[in-house]
This record gives sequence, structure tokens and C-alpha cells, in this order.
Amino acid sequence: MTLADTQPSALNFECETGNYHTFCPISCVAWLYQKIEDSFFLVIGTKTCGYFLQNAMGVMIFAEPRYAMAELEEGDISAQLNDYGELKRLCEQIKRDRNPSVIVWIGTCTTEIIKMDLEGLAPNLEAELGIPIVVARANGLDYAFTQGEDTVLAAMAQRCPTKTPVAEAEKEERNSISKLLNFGRKKEDVLAEQSEYKDHPPLVLFGSLPDPVVTQLTLELKKLGIKVSGWLPSKRYTELPVIEEGYYVSGMNPFLSRTATTLMRRRKTKLIGAPFPIGPDGTRAWLEKICSVFNIEPTGVAEREAKIWESLEDYLQIIRGKSVFFMGDNLLEISLARFLIRCGMTCPEIGIPYMDKRYQGAELAFLEKTCEEMGVPLPTIVEKPDNYNQLQRIHEIKPDLVITGMAHANPLEARGITTKWSVEFTFAQMHGFGNARDILELVTRPLRRNDALKGLGWEKLVREEANH
Amino acid sequence: MKLAYWMYAGPAHIGTLRIASSFKNVHAIMHAPLGDDYFNVMRSMLERERNYTPVTASVVDRNVLARGSQEKVVDNIVRKDREEHPDLIVLTPTCTSSILQEDLKNFCDRAQIDSKGDVMLADVNHYRYNELQAADRSLHQIVQFYLEKARKKGELPEGKTEKPSVNIIGMTTLGFHNNHDCTELKRLMADLGIEVNTVIPEDASVNDLKLMPRAWFNLVPYREIGVMTADYLEREFAMPCVDITPMGIVDTARCIRKIQAVINAQGATVDYEPFIDEQTRFVSQAAWFSRSIDCQNLTGKKAVVFGDNTHAAALTKILSREMGIHVLLAGTYCKYDAEWFTNEVSDYCDRVLISEDNAEIADAIAQLEPAAIFGTQMERHIGKRLNIPCGVIAAPIHIQNFPLGYKPFMGYEGSNQLVDLIYNSFTLGMEDHLLEIFGGHDTKEGITKTMSAESNLGWSRDGLAELNKIPGFVRGKVKRNTEKFARDRNIAEITAEVLYAAKEAVGV
Repeated sequence: MTLADTQPSALNFECETGNYHTFCPISCVAWLYQKIEDSFFLVIGTKTCGYFLQNAMGVMIFAEPRYAMAELEEGDISAQLNDYGELKRLCEQIKRDRNPSVIVWIGTCTTEIIKMDLEGLAPNLEAELGIPIVVARANGLDYAFTQGEDTVLAAMAQRCPTKTPVAEAEKEERNSISKLLNFGRKKEDVLAEQSEYKDHPPLVLFGSLPDPVVTQLTLELKKLGIKVSGWLPSKRYTELPVIEEGYYVSGMNPFLSRTATTLMRRRKTKLIGAPFPIGPDGTRAWLEKICSVFNIEPTGVAEREAKIWESLEDYLQIIRGKSVFFMGDNLLEISLARFLIRCGMTCPEIGIPYMDKRYQGAELAFLEKTCEEMGVPLPTIVEKPDNYNQLQRIHEIKPDLVITGMAHANPLEARGITTKWSVEFTFAQMHGFGNARDILELVTRPLRRNDALKGLGWEKLVREEANH
Repeated sequence: MKLAYWMYAGPAHIGTLRIASSFKNVHAIMHAPLGDDYFNVMRSMLERERNYTPVTASVVDRNVLARGSQEKVVDNIVRKDREEHPDLIVLTPTCTSSILQEDLKNFCDRAQIDSKGDVMLADVNHYRYNELQAADRSLHQIVQFYLEKARKKGELPEGKTEKPSVNIIGMTTLGFHNNHDCTELKRLMADLGIEVNTVIPEDASVNDLKLMPRAWFNLVPYREIGVMTADYLEREFAMPCVDITPMGIVDTARCIRKIQAVINAQGATVDYEPFIDEQTRFVSQAAWFSRSIDCQNLTGKKAVVFGDNTHAAALTKILSREMGIHVLLAGTYCKYDAEWFTNEVSDYCDRVLISEDNAEIADAIAQLEPAAIFGTQMERHIGKRLNIPCGVIAAPIHIQNFPLGYKPFMGYEGSNQLVDLIYNSFTLGMEDHLLEIFGGHDTKEGITKTMSAESNLGWSRDGLAELNKIPGFVRGKVKRNTEKFARDRNIAEITAEVLYAAKEAVGV
């Protein structure tokens, strides 16, 4: 997807040096192996990758995870060992021990540099082993953190079946979501209920969300008579949704631009470009956009949004009028900033690893509109930020809250600047009307904590600053 | 290629970064792709560090792949030199730069021209060394660099300090209880009337390294980090090295006696025997503990030890020699230094295991069923699954192993801490056992708690009921023996009768 700016925007975009801290995109295996229950993720890389995963995932590592490292040794690098033979040996072992429905190979920096042809090796090995092998190049040379999921889902999008098998409709419900929503009721009831849906072309949503959130969002659309034909990814690899030409698709997260591109270009679907359902404002805008595409009246959505805002009032009082600074590391920044500005905060700077102005177009427009309506200045959006420069700016403007990675959180706190660890947003349930409170719970937690400690006189816990 | 789920020692660059970030005013620049600066997170989280970790990346991206780093690395070094004015910038290669084979040395030389501080390339190959070896090498490299620099400038100090003095070598950031050990060793030196000349690398300034030869001797408390530096100082400056880890009552005394010999050989006249005697019998509690009734109850109890060389060897000796505990297996993941470990522990345990494969260790523990494990965080989790208590004695470690309270492992206070750790692990096991004997809280149906037991045999309801009555800590063993008994006799279903028949036959 190109960076072509499709609409004139008053937002100020900058690009710095790219010297910033973020997680390696291979971290996506942490949530994806849990989401796709019959998968096995094999990260083909070095000790560096393994060390990162092991430490970043903390306790999860001990729970017999369905992922492992194919650790490259010197013989692999100098091509003394045969890649195919080595991968075959490891994948056979995985098949024997775990018997997964799919093995996802995660390509890393090293496989890029030594030009290991994973995409070429996979089909042969797949035929030999009888297990699908999906290749995703989620490496730190090209991508940041959550973009890892994007590379995996883009690869999976190509594996979605094209046609519903004829017998399928007769058989038990294929899709786990519809099964979930039918709550095991009789078939006649289900059929009767089908008619409650409005007549619209099939809609497939993409983005990995926790199952409860999937249910909530599916029900939200159902209230408007919109049927979700499937999710990419689904709970199991064997349940990937059917995607035919002409289907409509909608992204759940702002970092899924490759997946969106693949769905449009390779699978000939139509992308509904909407703000993301983060915050009650985002959720409403997302629902309304889908409704408008399908010519459906979004009844009750405005009331629903208003009700959610009412219930958030206690949290809003804490953050209203305060400023928030995003250092940028997970691509959720634009949506979160837009929500927090609607909550009454100001935002001088939004750092972001990568800005796809087309995929995030609707979200950017919504951000602009929100700033206008709230009467606050438009933030500067800093792509590929430079953390060192950002720290200078932070110490200068002293924001009330800095949303940042763990590398900077403790040092900033020690200097009297309140922080929230950004990675938590990636793992929290924050989509839809029902989870807006969870976002604010995260955002206000450091403010509430520091409020509880107020008056102790311990805000600054470093001696006279030598540097910074 | 190797299928790996877990690793004990990290990659080489972590070792170099641990050394660089231990020194004051030294900055490390990693030649690495985006996301490889995870070290900063670990330092900030585990050590709850208040300052920005002095590590940045010169990011390797597509452009670098296509055209080489060109000016990028040099610019990043010079920029950092201006921004932070570090005494030294260490350019740190990673696995990525190891294969790119760019001439990083040349970048350093060029950056040096425009930098006020010193610039150095860490000489570590990702594919040859692990974290610990790389740390040892990097420390040696930095010390050698500054001593040679001082010699060239004629700034090396003449002679020794007036009173006996020591360099303590190997205290690093992210080291297991290193800061507490350091305090304890300084106290011990003060008690012995020995001046601490330098402590490196933690909190040291590279400008003070030239003072190192003034010390009478070097103390290297950890086997993994500092030996290369001490060897170098011995070669170049004829400085003797004391490399006995002062962990446990016996080895602390050995260490002090070696120090005594070393400084008396240089003209001091000290006799530390009364000090050792006073500390051992009356100040430290460890010697008294090993005579007390509590410790009597530990006699012959079975333990497995696993960790790095220093801690696993020391713990094995303490358990076996100072507490009368039966060490079934002592192991290390320091494969590159296996001979040393084997020599240290073979008299004190039944079996030595040298392995980096956590599954191998888990299986060994499951088979041996010790009453307690002393290992890393990995072994703690193995213990959780097997219901065996575990004391954590070595890295890899979690935030809970960076206690705020004073918890050294070395010296006489360290002995006290170790006694608590060991004793608490075993009593918790006993407590659990007693609860179960007296019908405690375990009323669950689930009974298989071992990883090694195969459960393809059918258990009848009354067989299971009987098995459930067996205390948890031996239940796995009984189950396995019974199943073996049944298999040998082609019994398909295990009833209560079979269980008791097996008990009579095997005597479990």
C-alpha cells in the first residue's frame, strides 16, 4: 500500500530517525498461538530472538506453549547444512509431538539476510508432511511489534477457503462464532433467526481479538441486523472463513494494512475503511460506517454511545484537561489518542512506528474532526520517532501522562513524569462499547496511583540530573 | 538447526551490554535491527533502574541491507558522544551484524576521530560465545584497553598500596544478587583489614581502571565473569588471583585462607584463623544450624541442584558437606566450562548433568523425585508441576529474584540467607506432606503429577481411591511402581488389591 495522501489534512506529519524502542514483531506468536488453538508457531531465528520471546512472555513460556525456536547455528548460516533437511527434521518432530493443524513459520532478520527461501521451501515440505505451512516474515528489519500479526494474517488470508462446500450448509454449523451465538438451539429457531438479519453482502472481519471481544462485537453488529460471516483469524486454523470475490471486509486494528491490501488485491474483497472500534466514539463510528455501506439505518447506536459515556464519568473527571504524550511503539496510537481527546485530554505528540495514511484514513479524519469538536490543537504525528529527541521534548513540555515502553517508564517515573506502559494496551480487551472502561482503567491507573501517593514529597527520585 | 523452547544463557550481546551498562558513563551502541534493544526493558524492569539504560541501537533496516551501514554507525557514535559525553562507547555486534560482516572496526576508528570519548568494538562472535563468555571477554577487553592506554601515556601508577588491598572483579548489572554480594564482600574485606582498591565493572569509572595494578591481589567471586581479566592481570602485572567463591561456611573459610596466604607472601603478617573461628562458631548461624535438631531432620533428604557453575557448585557442596543432604544430581548449563564443574562437585553428588536442554533436566527431576530442587526459574516451574518445592539459586531469573531487602549469597551473612532458603524449601515440603497424611485439602480426583509416568494402564475406581490416600510426594512413585508391576504381569486393570500386591512385591 502506498503512502499516497488521499485527502488534504491539517494534521502535521513528521518523520524522525527511527531510533526508538519497540518489541520485535515476532512477539505476535505470543497472542496468536493462543488465539489459533490448533496452530504451532516455529520462529526460525537465533538465540537473540529466543531470548526476547522467553523474556517478553514471562510466565507463558512455562505453560508448554505451542511455539518454539528453530535456532540457527553456524552451520546453517554458512550453508553447510541443508535448510530443507533441517526444517523437515524439526517439523516432523513437531508433527509427532503436537500434531497441529498448521505450522506457521516466522521468518526473522537472519533468514532475510541469508536469504533462506522459506516461501519456496514451504509448499514442498507441506506436501511431504501433510500439514499446511504458512510463512510470515515478521522481522525487525521491516516491521515493528504488532505489525507481526499483520504479516501472519496477510499470509493466512491467502489460505481462506474460496467456496463454501455444498454439503457444508447441511452439516453442523461450520463457524464457531455462529455456533456460539446460536447457543445450541434448534435448527428451526436458528433458521428463523437468520431472517432477523438484513439482506446484505457477506462481511468478514479481520484482526485477532480475544474470544469474548469477538462475541461482543459480533452481537453489536447483530443488533443492527448485520451478519458476520467469519473472522480472520478464527479460533482454529481449520475454521478459517470462506472469502469469495465481492465480500466485504473490515479491519479491527490499525496495524493490519498488509492484511487489508492482501484481502483487496488477492482476494478481491471490498474494504470498509472505518475508524476502529476503540472507545465508544470509535465503536459507534465503525458501526455507522458499516451500516452506511450496507444501506442500513444504525438505530440506537447514538443512544448506546451516550450511555457508555455517562458510565465513564468518574474516570473522565480524572483525565479531563490533562495532556498525554504517545512515544509510539504499537500502532494503536492514533485511535487511542482520538479516544482520549474525546475524553477531554490534550495530546501534543503522537509517535507511531509506521503510518499508513490510506488504511488509517478514516481514523485520521475522525481524529481531526474530534480535535475540532473538542476545541483542542491538532497533535503532531511523528512517524519513526527518535526516542532521545522525544525525551528532550517530554522533559520540556512535561505532559501529565506519557504512554511509553518499559525501557523508558521507570526512568521517567523517577523524574516525576507519570507513565503508562504501552504494551498493556495490546493485551487488554479494549474494543467495542463494553470495553471502553477497560481502556480508561489503564489510562487512569498511574494517575490514580500517583494521586494516592500525593503529598509524600517523593515525586523526583533521582539526584540532580547529569544527563537528561 | 535446533528445536528450542527455552535457553539458560542469553546471546553474546547481552553479556557485552551487561558489562558496558555496569560501568559508569559508558554507552553501548548495538548494531542491530529494530526490537533488539530488549536489554533496556530487562534492565529497567528487573533491576527497577531509575536511570535510562545507556544502550541505544544503530538500527539495521532494509537500507542497511542494501547499501551497508555507510555513515550510519559512525554518525550514531558521534551523535551519542555529543549528547551524553560518555567516557567510552562500546559498539556491540549482534547475530545480525555477525552475518552482515561489515567492517565495524573501521567504523569505530572513523568515529574515534570525531569523538571526545573512547570508541571500542566489542570483540564477541554471536555464534561462538554465549552471554556469560561474552561478558567475561568484554570485561577483559575494556580493562586491557585502559591499562594499555595508561601504559602508553606513562600514567600507570607505580607500586602497591600501603596496606593490603584488593580488586573485586565480576560484579555486574543483571547478575544474580550481585549488588548484595558486593556489599557483603566489601564488609568482609573491611573486617579482614583489606582495602578495596577497585570494584569492577559495577559502578566503576573506566578512568579508574589504571589504578587496578596497585592492589595486592584480585578476588574473582564468580566463575563465569572476571576470570579472563584476572588472568590478564596476573600475566601482565604478576597480580595473584583468589578465585574461590566465598559461598557457604567452608568455602568462605577457604577463600579467606587463600587471601591470607596471598598477602602474607607479599609481606603482610596476618592470621585470619581467629576471625574465621569467631565468625563460624558465633557470628554466623549456619554452622550452629547444621548441628541443630532442625538440620538433623534434613539428613539424607534428597535434592537436585541445577544452575550456573558458581552457584550450582557452591550449593551442591553446602547441601552435601554442611547439611548432610543427599544430592542426587548436580548440573550446570555452562557446557563450555564443564570440566571445572565436574571437578568441583563430583565428590558431593551421585550424578553430574551438563546440559542446556531444559527437557532433559525436567525428565531427570521427574524420575529422581527429590524432596527439593535448587535451580533457576525454569526448575522452579518444573517443581510446580511436579509438586516439589524449589529454591532459586541462579539466573535465568525473574523480578522476584531482585529483592529490595539485603540478601547476599556470599560471605557469612550469605550463609545465613542460604540456610533460610534451603530450610524453608524443605519444611514447606514437609508441611505439605503432613497436611496430606492428615487428610488435608487434597480431595481432587486428579492424581498423576509426574511428567515421566505413562498412564496407558486402566485404574479401577477403588484402585484410584487407594492411590489417592498415598501422600502426594510419593504418590507418583507408587503409581509408577504399581503400573510397572501390573505391566510385568499383564494385569489390565489396577484395583486396590493389585496396588497392595505391588507394594508387597516391590516394597514401595
